[in-house]
Amino acid sequence: MIRHPDTVIKGGRLIDASGEQSGDILISDGHIVAVGQDLQGEILIDAGGCIVSPGLVDLHAHLRQPGKEETETIASGARAAVLGGYTAVLAMPNTTPTIDCAAVVREVLELGRESVCDVHTTGAITVGRAGEQLAPMAEMAALGVKVFTDDGTGVQDDRLMRRAMEYASGLGLTLAQHCEVNSLSEGTCMHEGEWSARLGLPGQPSESEELMVMRDIALARLTGAKIHFQHMSTAGSAALIAAAKAKGMSVTAEAAPHHFTLTDACCEHYDATFKVHPPLRSQSDLEAIKNALAAGSLDAIATDHAPHAAEDKELPFDQAPPGMLGLEYALALAFSELVDGGAMTEAEVLAAMSWRPAAIAGMDNHGQRLVVGVPANLCVIDPSQRWVIDATGGASLSRNVPYVGKEVRGKVRHTMVFGELVVRDGEVQR
Amino acid sequence: MNSLNAQEARDKDRGQRAHLLSIADLDRDEIEELLRVTDTFVEVGRRPIPKVPALRGRTVVMLFFEDSTRTRLSFETAAKRLSADTMSFSVSSSSLNKGESVRDTIETIEAMGIDAVVVRHKSSGVPAQIARWTSASVINAGDGWHQHPTQALLDAYTARSHLGSLEGRRIALVGDIKHSRVARSNIEIFTALGAQVTLVAPRTLLPASLSAWPVQVSQDLDAVLPTVDVCYLLRMQQERMTEALVPSLREYTATYGLTSARADRMADGAIIMHPGPMNRGVEIASEVADRPSAVITEQVANGVAVRSAVLFTLLGAGRLQGSGTAATTNSSKERSIQSDSVLAEELAHAEEAT
Repeated sequence: MIRHPDTVIKGGRLIDASGEQSGDILISDGHIVAVGQDLQGEILIDAGGCIVSPGLVDLHAHLRQPGKEETETIASGARAAVLGGYTAVLAMPNTTPTIDCAAVVREVLELGRESVCDVHTTGAITVGRAGEQLAPMAEMAALGVKVFTDDGTGVQDDRLMRRAMEYASGLGLTLAQHCEVNSLSEGTCMHEGEWSARLGLPGQPSESEELMVMRDIALARLTGAKIHFQHMSTAGSAALIAAAKAKGMSVTAEAAPHHFTLTDACCEHYDATFKVHPPLRSQSDLEAIKNALAAGSLDAIATDHAPHAAEDKELPFDQAPPGMLGLEYALALAFSELVDGGAMTEAEVLAAMSWRPAAIAGMDNHGQRLVVGVPANLCVIDPSQRWVIDATGGASLSRNVPYVGKEVRGKVRHTMVFGELVVRDGEVQR
Repeated sequence: MNSLNAQEARDKDRGQRAHLLSIADLDRDEIEELLRVTDTFVEVGRRPIPKVPALRGRTVVMLFFEDSTRTRLSFETAAKRLSADTMSFSVSSSSLNKGESVRDTIETIEAMGIDAVVVRHKSSGVPAQIARWTSASVINAGDGWHQHPTQALLDAYTARSHLGSLEGRRIALVGDIKHSRVARSNIEIFTALGAQVTLVAPRTLLPASLSAWPVQVSQDLDAVLPTVDVCYLLRMQQERMTEALVPSLREYTATYGLTSARADRMADGAIIMHPGPMNRGVEIASEVADRPSAVITEQVANGVAVRSAVLFTLLGAGRLQGSGTAATTNSSKERSIQSDSVLAEELAHAEEAT
């Protein structure tokens, strides 16, 4: 490992899983070597008025490489991630070719090692994400893959999903599910409700998601597998997960920033920037997602960062690809919508964006307490800085940002990945 | 409401143009004004040479991504009666088959210098998208399941010519509401004009939510029919069977078809409407379609006058704001007087032009 200069982060509010304290952190040789007062180092980072947190961990990033490098690469996605305070991201497997075997996993991890962020990848549950045959999970697991998903689609066949759970749990792996029953969602392009009726667009009922949540809770009970639910978007899903947890089942779940920020009314002008799967839901779903995050029944905030080319987002709404950017905006959206909305504290948001997702993905080097000996994966956030999201900036190669013009609070000032200051004063350093 | 709009921010420099994208963008005064102007064009249509010079030198493009001979011919006739130049652009004869995007297409056409574009597309919302990319006026000639505003205007015009004001009138829309752009625009225009609308359809052919509209719903056509002034039938498409939305055409006809026996139960003076093309023997019995109370060919005839009124208002008098920007400082009365005087002036040159 390259040696980076000793760095001291001074005078921050240190927030981690154990609580909050104020003080300095000294980083040397990629690790935290001291926590206390009046520490000295070669590089001095003034964190006065700022939060110093374990780096954020994104459980859900579409990095588009291999296959769609004009919309995002692992390098560009990693830059977007660290700008957003992330020190680790979990790449989704719906690339071309699919990340469904050791060869593609190796390529993604290799590109990840050259990037500014710690890039982990999921593997597909089924070959080509076609939902027909189990992918070689063990050979991918041998390379470090711990989470498997067919994200972009759910595993439709009940028996195949049961087999996947049995096989994965035997290897100590976690399955993550994109919950969508295709027979109810086929041909739809937004949430089914007043707005889909008005706009004349085919709507997807909430039940398309909830039926698969129900099924997978039942199959997890049958098999004892660990299941993680991706991008939960409805009040019903949140209630199902809360009930499963109350029964002591080992299920976890995430919600995306857009599902606690935007509603189906945003589709009013047929701007496909607002098209996403699962779709933007109703105001009452939005409130339920906020409440479930606050209650902890939804464990994590995950971006579902999904870059798309401008020309694809200019297709007719029903033909445009779903997805929106998130990595650079998630933290500010969480502070603005969840903390300022009174639902959560800053520390609870950080739990949902750092140490809880790190635990779900089994990323031992991230989300750790800020104590001596742990790898220096952390971020410095100015919680008081207000800024307006615009469509021009950003490190992502795509610009499908649905939050343009929105004023938010909370800006990532610095991000450190394994001791390297990859973002300094809001600029990526390489 | 969280309606952030990236597109709006991107395209705000386009400036406000008059478009006709949706009936929902018009207030009652604007609808009334269009219907008044239509009166004038009905009169023009009766002249020996039914042509006025109002839009001489203006260019109107028919941009039909989905084929529709009837609507296209109606718009072309309307434009030609106003002496506009027309161009027609359809998918089969264009580079759209070569993968050109809608945006590139409209920007290419616009570069030729056009004043209005009449758009039909199988996807909801395409006319609204095009309106963000062009400085020409955009007229929606039917988009997906969303809207068909000129159909709604000609239907309102036709109904009013038989019933007088629609205030307090009862109108039944019968059939496939869910997949119908005609239904969406007609619900909006009839309710805007004060009518009480009842949707009669199996729940499989209704949108899952109806909270957007002040309508009643019934599955009992026999109970509704005697109470209505207008029975508006929608086309029942064969493909709805394969989607398991109704068990069979036979059952549909038995339950929701306007049979002779059912038509007999309608009140005196009540009328039967259909946007065409009809499936005789399915949603409407052949004999019923030919009754005097069925005003279906009249609807078609009024189509040209309505579309002339729309083109004239958007391009000639420039009165219609459209696109939800209906706010104006003039009162509707002042506007209509202005509009009538502009219209009178324009049409005064009719003889000279011919």
